[in-house]
Amino acid sequence: MQDRLTHLQALEAESLHIFREVAAEFSRPVLMYSIGKDSSVMLRLAQKAFYPAPLPFPLLHVDTSYKFDEMLEFRDRICEENGFRLIVHTAREALRNGANPFRLGTRKCCDLLKTKSLLSALSEGGFDAAIGGARREEEKSRAKERVYSFRDSLGQWDPKNQRPELWNLYNGRIEKGESIRVFPLSNWTELDVWQYIEAESIPVVPLYFAKEREVLVRGETLLPMEHNPPLLPGEHPSMVMCRMRSLGCTYCTGATRSTATTVPEIIAELRTFRRSERENRAIDHDQEGSMELKKREGYF
Amino acid sequence: MERDILRFTTAGSVDDGKSTLVGRLLHEAGGVYDDQIEAARRVSRDSLEFAFVTDGLRAEREQGITIDVGYRYFATQRRKFIIADTPGHEQYTRNMATGASTADLALVLVDAGKGVLPQTRRHACIAWLLGIPRILVVVNKMDLAGYRKETFDSIRADFEVFTGKLKGAAIDFIPVSALAGENLSSPSSRMPWYRGPSVIEYLDTVPIQTVRGDLPFRLSIQYVVRTGDFRGYAGQIASGTVRAGDELLVLPSGRRARVASLPERTTGRHERAFAPMSVCVELDDHVDAGRGDMFADPANGPTVGRRFRSVLVWMSETPLAVGSPYLVKHTTQQVCAEVVGIVSKLDITTLENDPAEELKLNDIGRVVIETHRPLFWDPYSANRATGAFILIDPMTNLTVGAGMIESADSGCEQAPARAVGQTGLTIWFTGLSSAGKTTLSQAVFERLWATGARVQILDGDEVRRHLSKDLGFSKEDRDENIRRIGFVAELLTRNGVIVLVSAISPYRTVRDELRVRIGDFVEVYVNAPLAVCEERDVKGLYRKARSGELRAFTGVSDPYEAPLSPEVECRTDLETLNESVDKVLRHVDQRRKT
Ligand SMILES: Nc1nc2c(ncn2[C@@H]2O[C@H](COP(=O)(O)OP(=O)(O)O)[C@@H](O)[C@H]2O)c(=O)[nH]1
Repeated sequence: MQDRLTHLQALEAESLHIFREVAAEFSRPVLMYSIGKDSSVMLRLAQKAFYPAPLPFPLLHVDTSYKFDEMLEFRDRICEENGFRLIVHTAREALRNGANPFRLGTRKCCDLLKTKSLLSALSEGGFDAAIGGARREEEKSRAKERVYSFRDSLGQWDPKNQRPELWNLYNGRIEKGESIRVFPLSNWTELDVWQYIEAESIPVVPLYFAKEREVLVRGETLLPMEHNPPLLPGEHPSMVMCRMRSLGCTYCTGATRSTATTVPEIIAELRTFRRSERENRAIDHDQEGSMELKKREGYF
Repeated sequence: MERDILRFTTAGSVDDGKSTLVGRLLHEAGGVYDDQIEAARRVSRDSLEFAFVTDGLRAEREQGITIDVGYRYFATQRRKFIIADTPGHEQYTRNMATGASTADLALVLVDAGKGVLPQTRRHACIAWLLGIPRILVVVNKMDLAGYRKETFDSIRADFEVFTGKLKGAAIDFIPVSALAGENLSSPSSRMPWYRGPSVIEYLDTVPIQTVRGDLPFRLSIQYVVRTGDFRGYAGQIASGTVRAGDELLVLPSGRRARVASLPERTTGRHERAFAPMSVCVELDDHVDAGRGDMFADPANGPTVGRRFRSVLVWMSETPLAVGSPYLVKHTTQQVCAEVVGIVSKLDITTLENDPAEELKLNDIGRVVIETHRPLFWDPYSANRATGAFILIDPMTNLTVGAGMIESADSGCEQAPARAVGQTGLTIWFTGLSSAGKTTLSQAVFERLWATGARVQILDGDEVRRHLSKDLGFSKEDRDENIRRIGFVAELLTRNGVIVLVSAISPYRTVRDELRVRIGDFVEVYVNAPLAVCEERDVKGLYRKARSGELRAFTGVSDPYEAPLSPEVECRTDLETLNESVDKVLRHVDQRRKT
């Protein structure tokens, strides 16, 4: 008999190995929990990696305050049910100084609310390893990201000077103040993530499923009405059957027209999609190569 | 419909059309979305350049070259593909090795107009050295060669002359035009003389060699999972299979134990598991094992040793220095090591082994390495997972080399030429079981070793397995054990070695006796409250002591006499490991200066 893992089993085996390496090699790891589908898959993989023991690290959620209510409810329920240790970090200072996407534009807003508060949350917590759900497939600059991505003491990434990464031998050696971002889902695609959600019956935020939602239709973009985005002259919201393909802040997350109300329907829909999932994320397009710029500065 | 994964790496010289080919493969298989194509079109000069779909970084787009390994994904009905797209530039050979390390197949590109270049040979050779069982040579730009069979045949013949020397490599050839899309996803009408599969058909159906299942069982422990009374050993199976009831050899202790179960969260347990699954192994008996230890097939264990020959790909701007300290990361072990000699350097175009004094960036050589603790390994050619290692420079923390173990080296153990004229010192780590003595002394060892000092660890548990095998745990026996360790430490200290003793050594009187005898003596009190040690219970001994299974256990049923005025005290429950290490080293520095 030829033993062969299916693609999901092989991806799972690789991710479990990464989680265990991190837990064994770092003194203060933390899992960046962003509530979305990738985070949900990460949590399940982490649970499996340490089963039957609980997770040996806490979850960190950077709350920009521009999240959907459904996301926060979901977050609290999942943490409660599974007994996860959750740290919520809000960008208090930036918010007090009036940071918001409508006034600052998405690039500046994201810089202040996400990048800066992520860095401060990590340094306040003294975390030496931050586990994130980024996938290489998501965006061009991520294709070159290592599984263990080194960050200097300012949290910055130097794409030209990355450590070579061979086999499954990850080099996690750092000096005080430096840290490693770890990406256990590096080799997963959006389709893999949904197939795994189906195979493992993993709960996800209802926003991923299609229903009639009140949105602003701007060309190809469907903008959710949460947090009252300013209307352009003559514009008014309408009800559209749609779902979120990726979740971020309300203003940066566009919805997609869809009728998929179950996980198998989402999978079927993905097979026919011709647009990438981040297409509707405003931040990726602020400027050509913009995700790479953000990452050099420390964005996840 | 179940899919499996094929991982392949792509290599080619600059401008052979690799980015075009990859961009195109992704596009044809639906691995690129329309908006990504549109973004690439925006930056393309005239017509859409598929290369821009794959070249991710700004610097690449500015310079028009690919500078780092990029990973790409696409899937067909039968397979998911992971492409490690590696740069063709010579100075980025290390990236080629990186991409090849996890690949099942190497796709090497040849420009039909240029034929087989030295660089092409280099790629094939690296792929072969890194143990990729199969190479697919894609002869590109056939459009410029008038789609002629002769061109293809002569390139193929050229290539085979060279690859005949790559023992065991399976090599296939496909003629294509990446630009025109000929022979990529369907047979080309322009090349009716070619009867083989198109590139995608080939990738879809090529058998993936899974040698690992039939190899003897190996699992390196990554992490000990503990909760309540449960204790399991987590790791990724490197080779072979395992099921409940199997007997395993535990290294380095040499004990044997049976698998009680393989707990798994979703299904409850695995009945049977095989490489490369990540599992948790529960044993039916308590054994003392931790990260870095290995479970192996008792009838067919790995080689255990500290000295071996290996092929080494050098990846750093700073040349390899014989005799300098490095760290070896092998399976889940990280140990101090040094390269004791360079045997030869490989001329990659002729495959000859030339004598060499040093290895520079992108050189590939054969070296002898000596590690400070034994590794449990198999030859890389038989088992990639237990034969591979990386070298880390302990000063810069960079990964500087990638190694593939070939064989044990029996060469007479010459003493490494380190630190002549160093004065000796005994650093004595005392404290309760699980207080952190071993961890701390290991970390101090690494730091001292990195400065080029001669250092030796004497571990209490280890000594009890050899020198003090005859002793038990009565007060007399414990004192005798400590005196023996002290005797060895004294000899080493007089010979200029820094000795790191890590032993519970519960009794004050005998520690003080040794302080006087050795003279150059630093006492480090590794202090954590009993409750903390018991909570950590690294070896599961407290549990046994509490249940009465173990008698006269220090801290529980036998006294521990804390040092009254230790030179250094480390509170391992309050300080980080680094803080503790710094404290010890500060003291050692003062000592060595005076
Ligand atoms: N005529 C022809 N040109 C090609 C072919 N494949 C690639 N090219 C061209 O060769 C040049 C280099 O291609 P690129 O993919 O960037 O090469 P890389 O450096 O190997 O990634 C580009 O101008 C391509 O358009 C081919 O099959 N035929």
